[in-house]
Amino acid sequence: MTWILLFWEFFKTGLFALGGGLATIPFLYDLIDKYHWFTTEMLMNMIAISESTPGAMGVNMATYVGYYTTHSLLGGVITTLGLVLPSIIIICIVAQFLKKFKESKYVQNAFYGLRPAVCAMIASAGLSVFATTMFINGDWNINNFQYFPFILFLIGLAFTQRFKKLHPIAIICIFAICGICFQL
Amino acid sequence: MKIYWELIKSFVKIGAFTFGGGYAMLPLLQREIVENHHWCTEEELMDYFAVGQCTPGVIAVNTATFIGYNLKGVLGGIIATLAIVFPSIVIILLIASLLQNFSDIAIVQHALSGIRIAVCVLILNAIIKLFKSGIKDYIGIIIFVFALISTYLNILPTIAIVILSAMAGIIIQLLKARKENV
Repeated sequence: MTWILLFWEFFKTGLFALGGGLATIPFLYDLIDKYHWFTTEMLMNMIAISESTPGAMGVNMATYVGYYTTHSLLGGVITTLGLVLPSIIIICIVAQFLKKFKESKYVQNAFYGLRPAVCAMIASAGLSVFATTMFINGDWNINNFQYFPFILFLIGLAFTQRFKKLHPIAIICIFAICGICFQL
Repeated sequence: MKIYWELIKSFVKIGAFTFGGGYAMLPLLQREIVENHHWCTEEELMDYFAVGQCTPGVIAVNTATFIGYNLKGVLGGIIATLAIVFPSIVIILLIASLLQNFSDIAIVQHALSGIRIAVCVLILNAIIKLFKSGIKDYIGIIIFVFALISTYLNILPTIAIVILSAMAGIIIQLLKARKENV
């Protein structure tokens, strides 16, 4: 029974969580009161781990909750599938619709307005990461500015401009090693 | 058959190296999908992100489904989605069953601090590329500034920004067309 409930709860989360991984967190808090599958403290721990491992955060959370609740690997798979199933259905419908109306002036004009907005949303996410990396509390307070990460950032920029062919994965690995060597 | 295999390889790579949420996967998508495989253009990638924003679900998953679907229909969408979540499932299950205190380990924290700097660099490069291909005139710049301020300061929810900017695009182009006709 827990299995079906898990699948169903995560299916609902995937269907109603608008705005990416962070939007799934309130749904998970609701699960605590509803089923007592895990405690608030455990959820905080799961969020911390989901943030510090690769992959989409929502997916990581789903896998973790599924495993923790059922104590089996299959549980993690089931919750994840539940989470992504609505995406697959909805996106396939939307994509088909867009393909059909690709030539429509309205669709094209909507995207003309959307592209700068998407660019800005990504820039905003970049600013948040920048703030937490360069300032001790992530608060843009000049007294909390950390010079060393900023210097590494500038070196990284120069490096990526010079070696444009370098794969982003290589850059991530290089910086992970730097972080370990310099005890960042 | 070969294209499915390529799809799986690309999205497993992207899933395994996306640190810090859906937006951080953009540089990887640009490299793998646009530059290496030419499965879509820079503009189309932005459109997928826009749609991924205003449809429910995890943005990274939505974008993967979208790219897969446009390439190879429903099966392509399913395969791309499963490929992007596969690394998450493996890594999380390993950590959950072996290292519950994973995020407290010193070496992990140091590595993550380093990776965050890499993400800053990669996102800045990605935005420069997007800016060049997505913003063509001063109206684009106005929308960009408006959306940046309202997103960063949490003035408006994302969905409102998506709807407003899409409407702005339609209205501005209508006005332009009318002006040309007069």
